[in-house]
Amino acid sequence: MIPLEHYLYVAGALFAIGTLGFVVRRNLLVQLMSLELLLNAVNLTLVAFNRQHQDDHTGQLFAFFVIAVAAAEAAVGLAIVLALYRLRRSVRSDEATLLKN
Amino acid sequence: MIADASWGAAYFWACAFAAIAGALITVAARNPIRSAMGLLVAILGIAGHYLALHAQFLAAIQLIVYAGAVVILFVFVIMLIGADASPARDTRSLAPRVLAGVGTVYFALLVGRRLHGALGTHPFRTPHPELGNIGAVGRELYTRALVPFELVTALFIVAVVAAIAVASGPRKPAAAASDDDDKGGAA
Repeated sequence: MIPLEHYLYVAGALFAIGTLGFVVRRNLLVQLMSLELLLNAVNLTLVAFNRQHQDDHTGQLFAFFVIAVAAAEAAVGLAIVLALYRLRRSVRSDEATLLKN
Repeated sequence: MIADASWGAAYFWACAFAAIAGALITVAARNPIRSAMGLLVAILGIAGHYLALHAQFLAAIQLIVYAGAVVILFVFVIMLIGADASPARDTRSLAPRVLAGVGTVYFALLVGRRLHGALGTHPFRTPHPELGNIGAVGRELYTRALVPFELVTALFIVAVVAAIAVASGPRKPAAAASDDDDKGGAA
Protein backbone atom coordinates (compact mmCIF):
# COMPACT_ATOMS: atom_id res chain seq x y z
CA MET A 1 0.00 0.00 0.00
CA ILE A 2 1.21 3.50 -0.81
CA PRO A 3 1.62 5.49 2.44
CA LEU A 4 0.35 9.02 2.97
CA GLU A 5 3.85 10.49 2.79
CA HIS A 6 4.35 9.45 -0.84
CA TYR A 7 1.44 11.67 -1.85
CA LEU A 8 2.88 14.51 0.22
CA TYR A 9 6.22 14.15 -1.56
CA VAL A 10 4.54 14.26 -4.96
CA ALA A 11 2.53 17.32 -3.89
CA GLY A 12 5.66 18.98 -2.53
CA ALA A 13 7.50 18.35 -5.79
CA LEU A 14 4.57 19.81 -7.76
CA PHE A 15 4.46 22.84 -5.47
CA ALA A 16 8.22 23.41 -5.84
CA ILE A 17 8.03 23.12 -9.64
CA GLY A 18 5.08 25.51 -9.73
CA THR A 19 6.85 28.05 -7.52
CA LEU A 20 9.95 27.79 -9.70
CA GLY A 21 7.87 28.41 -12.82
CA PHE A 22 6.07 31.37 -11.28
CA VAL A 23 9.33 32.95 -10.13
CA VAL A 24 11.54 32.23 -13.13
CA ARG A 25 9.24 32.61 -16.14
CA ARG A 26 8.23 36.05 -17.39
CA ASN A 27 5.42 34.90 -19.67
CA LEU A 28 2.20 35.77 -17.86
CA LEU A 29 0.38 32.79 -19.40
CA VAL A 30 3.00 30.35 -18.09
CA GLN A 31 2.97 32.09 -14.72
CA LEU A 32 -0.80 31.60 -14.49
CA MET A 33 -0.36 27.93 -15.40
CA SER A 34 2.26 27.63 -12.65
CA LEU A 35 -0.30 29.07 -10.26
CA GLU A 36 -2.74 26.34 -11.27
CA LEU A 37 0.01 23.81 -10.50
CA LEU A 38 0.41 25.30 -7.02
CA LEU A 39 -3.31 25.03 -6.32
CA ASN A 40 -3.36 21.46 -7.64
CA ALA A 41 -0.45 20.49 -5.38
CA VAL A 42 -2.32 21.82 -2.35
CA ASN A 43 -5.47 19.98 -3.44
CA LEU A 44 -3.52 16.72 -3.61
CA THR A 45 -2.40 17.12 0.01
CA LEU A 46 -5.98 17.94 1.09
CA VAL A 47 -7.37 14.82 -0.60
CA ALA A 48 -4.54 12.63 0.72
CA PHE A 49 -5.13 13.82 4.28
CA ASN A 50 -8.85 13.23 3.84
CA ARG A 51 -8.00 9.63 2.93
CA GLN A 52 -6.18 9.34 6.26
CA HIS A 53 -8.70 11.21 8.45
CA GLN A 54 -11.88 9.84 6.94
CA ASP A 55 -14.49 10.74 9.58
CA ASP A 56 -15.98 13.23 7.11
CA HIS A 57 -15.15 14.77 3.73
CA THR A 58 -13.72 18.08 4.91
CA GLY A 59 -10.56 17.72 2.83
CA GLN A 60 -12.44 16.81 -0.32
CA LEU A 61 -14.91 19.66 0.15
CA PHE A 62 -12.03 22.08 0.69
CA ALA A 63 -10.40 20.81 -2.51
CA PHE A 64 -13.73 21.29 -4.30
CA PHE A 65 -13.84 24.95 -3.26
CA VAL A 66 -10.19 25.43 -4.20
CA ILE A 67 -11.02 24.10 -7.69
CA ALA A 68 -13.97 26.51 -7.92
CA VAL A 69 -11.86 29.49 -6.88
CA ALA A 70 -9.08 28.41 -9.25
CA ALA A 71 -11.53 28.36 -12.16
CA ALA A 72 -12.70 31.91 -11.34
CA GLU A 73 -9.09 33.00 -10.90
CA ALA A 74 -8.13 31.59 -14.30
CA ALA A 75 -11.01 33.45 -15.99
CA VAL A 76 -10.15 36.80 -14.39
CA GLY A 77 -6.40 36.27 -14.77
CA LEU A 78 -6.69 35.52 -18.48
CA ALA A 79 -8.94 38.57 -18.93
CA ILE A 80 -6.21 40.69 -17.32
CA VAL A 81 -3.61 39.10 -19.61
CA LEU A 82 -5.78 40.03 -22.60
CA ALA A 83 -6.18 43.60 -21.32
CA LEU A 84 -2.44 43.92 -20.80
CA TYR A 85 -1.82 42.50 -24.27
CA ARG A 86 -4.17 45.10 -25.74
CA LEU A 87 -2.22 47.88 -24.04
CA ARG A 88 1.33 46.64 -24.45
CA ARG A 89 1.25 44.07 -27.30
CA SER A 90 3.10 41.75 -24.94
CA VAL A 91 2.35 39.03 -22.39
CA ARG A 92 5.63 39.49 -20.52
CA SER A 93 5.08 40.37 -16.89
CA ASP A 94 8.06 42.76 -16.85
CA GLU A 95 6.36 44.82 -19.58
CA ALA A 96 3.53 45.54 -17.12
CA THR A 97 5.02 48.82 -15.94
CA LEU A 98 1.89 50.99 -16.15
CA LEU A 99 2.17 52.04 -12.49
CA LYS A 100 5.87 52.97 -12.79
CA ASN A 101 6.70 56.74 -12.61
CA MET B 1 -9.77 0.81 -5.04
CA ILE B 2 -7.02 -1.34 -6.51
CA ALA B 3 -6.73 -4.62 -4.66
CA ASP B 4 -3.33 -5.86 -5.74
CA ALA B 5 -0.61 -3.97 -3.88
CA SER B 6 1.97 -4.06 -6.68
CA TRP B 7 -0.58 -2.84 -9.22
CA GLY B 8 -1.51 -0.09 -6.79
CA ALA B 9 2.13 0.93 -6.50
CA ALA B 10 2.58 0.86 -10.28
CA TYR B 11 -0.55 3.00 -10.68
CA PHE B 12 0.73 5.48 -8.08
CA TRP B 13 4.12 5.82 -9.76
CA ALA B 14 2.55 6.18 -13.21
CA CYS B 15 0.29 8.99 -11.96
CA ALA B 16 3.16 10.61 -10.05
CA PHE B 17 5.37 10.45 -13.15
CA ALA B 18 2.61 12.01 -15.30
CA ALA B 19 1.99 14.77 -12.76
CA ILE B 20 5.63 15.72 -12.27
CA ALA B 21 6.64 15.35 -15.92
CA GLY B 22 3.63 17.45 -16.95
CA ALA B 23 4.54 20.10 -14.37
CA LEU B 24 8.13 20.20 -15.65
CA ILE B 25 6.90 20.58 -19.24
CA THR B 26 4.55 23.36 -18.12
CA VAL B 27 7.36 25.30 -16.51
CA ALA B 28 10.13 24.59 -19.02
CA ALA B 29 8.43 24.76 -22.42
CA ARG B 30 9.22 27.80 -24.56
CA ASN B 31 5.93 27.54 -26.43
CA PRO B 32 2.87 28.28 -24.22
CA ILE B 33 0.80 25.72 -26.13
CA ARG B 34 3.27 23.07 -24.96
CA SER B 35 2.97 24.50 -21.45
CA ALA B 36 -0.81 24.12 -21.63
CA MET B 37 -0.46 20.51 -22.80
CA GLY B 38 2.00 19.86 -19.96
CA LEU B 39 -0.55 21.31 -17.54
CA LEU B 40 -3.14 18.95 -19.02
CA VAL B 41 -0.88 15.93 -18.42
CA ALA B 42 -0.19 17.07 -14.85
CA ILE B 43 -3.92 17.49 -14.22
CA LEU B 44 -4.65 14.01 -15.58
CA GLY B 45 -1.96 12.57 -13.29
CA ILE B 46 -3.47 14.33 -10.27
CA ALA B 47 -6.95 13.13 -11.24
CA GLY B 48 -5.50 9.60 -11.25
CA HIS B 49 -4.22 10.17 -7.72
CA TYR B 50 -7.70 11.34 -6.66
CA LEU B 51 -9.19 8.08 -7.96
CA ALA B 52 -6.70 6.04 -5.92
CA LEU B 53 -7.48 8.20 -2.85
CA HIS B 54 -11.22 7.41 -3.00
CA ALA B 55 -12.16 10.88 -4.26
CA GLN B 56 -14.07 9.85 -7.38
CA PHE B 57 -16.24 12.97 -7.33
CA LEU B 58 -13.19 15.23 -7.20
CA ALA B 59 -11.49 13.25 -9.97
CA ALA B 60 -14.50 13.90 -12.20
CA ILE B 61 -14.62 17.57 -11.19
CA GLN B 62 -10.88 17.83 -11.84
CA LEU B 63 -11.31 16.48 -15.36
CA ILE B 64 -14.37 18.61 -16.15
CA VAL B 65 -13.19 21.90 -14.64
CA TYR B 66 -9.45 21.76 -15.29
CA ALA B 67 -9.02 19.60 -18.37
CA GLY B 68 -12.34 20.68 -19.85
CA ALA B 69 -12.49 24.37 -19.00
CA VAL B 70 -9.32 25.93 -17.60
CA VAL B 71 -6.84 24.39 -20.04
CA ILE B 72 -9.18 25.12 -22.96
CA LEU B 73 -9.43 28.73 -21.74
CA PHE B 74 -5.64 28.95 -21.72
CA VAL B 75 -5.47 27.50 -25.23
CA PHE B 76 -8.11 29.99 -26.43
CA VAL B 77 -6.15 32.94 -25.04
CA ILE B 78 -2.88 31.63 -26.50
CA MET B 79 -4.58 31.30 -29.89
CA LEU B 80 -6.13 34.77 -29.53
CA ILE B 81 -2.78 36.36 -28.76
CA GLY B 82 -1.05 34.36 -31.49
CA ALA B 83 2.68 34.48 -32.10
CA ASP B 84 3.17 37.18 -29.44
CA ALA B 85 2.28 34.59 -26.80
CA SER B 86 5.82 33.19 -27.08
CA PRO B 87 8.00 36.33 -27.10
CA ALA B 88 11.63 36.14 -28.09
CA ARG B 89 14.16 35.51 -25.35
CA ASP B 90 14.66 38.66 -23.34
CA THR B 91 17.63 38.81 -20.98
CA ARG B 92 16.86 42.12 -19.29
CA SER B 93 15.69 40.56 -16.03
CA LEU B 94 17.88 37.49 -16.20
CA ALA B 95 19.91 38.01 -13.01
CA PRO B 96 16.96 38.41 -10.59
CA ARG B 97 15.21 35.47 -12.23
CA VAL B 98 18.23 33.21 -11.88
CA LEU B 99 18.71 34.31 -8.28
CA ALA B 100 15.03 33.74 -7.50
CA GLY B 101 15.16 30.31 -9.17
CA VAL B 102 18.25 29.25 -7.23
CA GLY B 103 16.67 30.54 -4.03
CA THR B 104 13.46 28.63 -4.70
CA VAL B 105 15.29 25.37 -5.41
CA TYR B 106 17.48 25.83 -2.32
CA PHE B 107 14.44 26.53 -0.13
CA ALA B 108 12.56 23.54 -1.57
CA LEU B 109 15.52 21.23 -0.90
CA LEU B 110 15.86 22.61 2.62
CA VAL B 111 12.17 22.04 3.40
CA GLY B 112 12.26 18.65 1.69
CA ARG B 113 15.21 17.46 3.78
CA ARG B 114 13.61 18.71 6.98
CA LEU B 115 10.30 17.03 6.13
CA HIS B 116 12.02 13.80 5.12
CA GLY B 117 13.43 13.57 8.62
CA ALA B 118 10.20 14.60 10.35
CA LEU B 119 7.71 12.49 8.37
CA GLY B 120 7.47 8.83 9.12
CA THR B 121 5.53 6.31 7.07
CA HIS B 122 1.79 6.18 7.67
CA PRO B 123 0.01 3.53 5.61
CA PHE B 124 -3.62 4.43 4.97
CA ARG B 125 -6.28 2.87 7.13
CA THR B 126 -8.87 0.68 5.45
CA PRO B 127 -11.23 3.04 3.67
CA HIS B 128 -14.58 3.88 5.15
CA PRO B 129 -17.17 2.44 2.72
CA GLU B 130 -18.79 5.88 2.37
CA LEU B 131 -15.48 7.69 1.66
CA GLY B 132 -15.65 9.56 -1.62
CA ASN B 133 -19.15 8.22 -2.29
CA ILE B 134 -20.89 10.90 -4.36
CA GLY B 135 -24.00 10.69 -2.21
CA ALA B 136 -22.01 11.23 0.99
CA VAL B 137 -19.97 14.09 -0.51
CA GLY B 138 -23.13 15.72 -1.87
CA ARG B 139 -24.90 15.45 1.49
CA GLU B 140 -22.01 17.22 3.21
CA LEU B 141 -21.76 19.76 0.41
CA TYR B 142 -25.41 20.73 0.86
CA THR B 143 -25.43 20.70 4.67
CA ARG B 144 -22.13 21.62 6.33
CA ALA B 145 -20.74 23.43 3.30
CA LEU B 146 -23.95 25.06 2.11
CA VAL B 147 -22.96 28.68 2.82
CA PRO B 148 -19.57 28.53 1.06
CA PHE B 149 -21.24 26.63 -1.78
CA GLU B 150 -23.73 29.45 -2.30
CA LEU B 151 -20.96 32.03 -1.93
CA VAL B 152 -19.08 30.28 -4.74
CA THR B 153 -22.00 30.99 -7.07
CA ALA B 154 -21.74 34.68 -6.15
CA LEU B 155 -18.00 34.49 -6.76
CA PHE B 156 -18.59 33.02 -10.21
CA ILE B 157 -21.04 35.76 -11.15
CA VAL B 158 -18.60 38.44 -10.01
CA ALA B 159 -15.74 36.67 -11.82
CA VAL B 160 -17.69 36.40 -15.09
CA VAL B 161 -18.76 40.07 -14.97
CA ALA B 162 -15.20 41.12 -14.09
CA ALA B 163 -13.66 38.97 -16.82
CA ILE B 164 -15.99 40.42 -19.46
CA ALA B 165 -15.47 43.99 -18.19
CA VAL B 166 -11.68 43.66 -18.11
CA ALA B 167 -11.26 41.72 -21.34
CA SER B 168 -13.61 43.89 -23.42
CA GLY B 169 -11.52 46.98 -22.67
CA PRO B 170 -12.53 50.65 -22.62
CA ARG B 171 -15.92 51.43 -24.18
CA LYS B 172 -15.34 54.00 -26.95
CA PRO B 173 -11.86 53.20 -28.28
CA ALA B 174 -12.75 49.53 -28.08
CA ALA B 175 -14.43 49.58 -31.51
CA ALA B 176 -11.39 51.12 -33.21
CA ALA B 177 -8.97 48.97 -31.25
CA SER B 178 -10.82 45.76 -32.05
CA ASP B 179 -10.83 46.67 -35.77
CA ASP B 180 -7.08 47.05 -35.52
CA ASP B 181 -6.91 43.72 -33.74
CA ASP B 182 -8.79 42.04 -36.55
CA LYS B 183 -6.47 43.49 -39.18
CA GLY B 184 -3.42 42.66 -37.09
CA GLY B 185 -4.67 39.10 -36.60
CA ALA B 186 -5.43 38.61 -40.27
CA ALA B 187 -2.12 40.01 -41.49
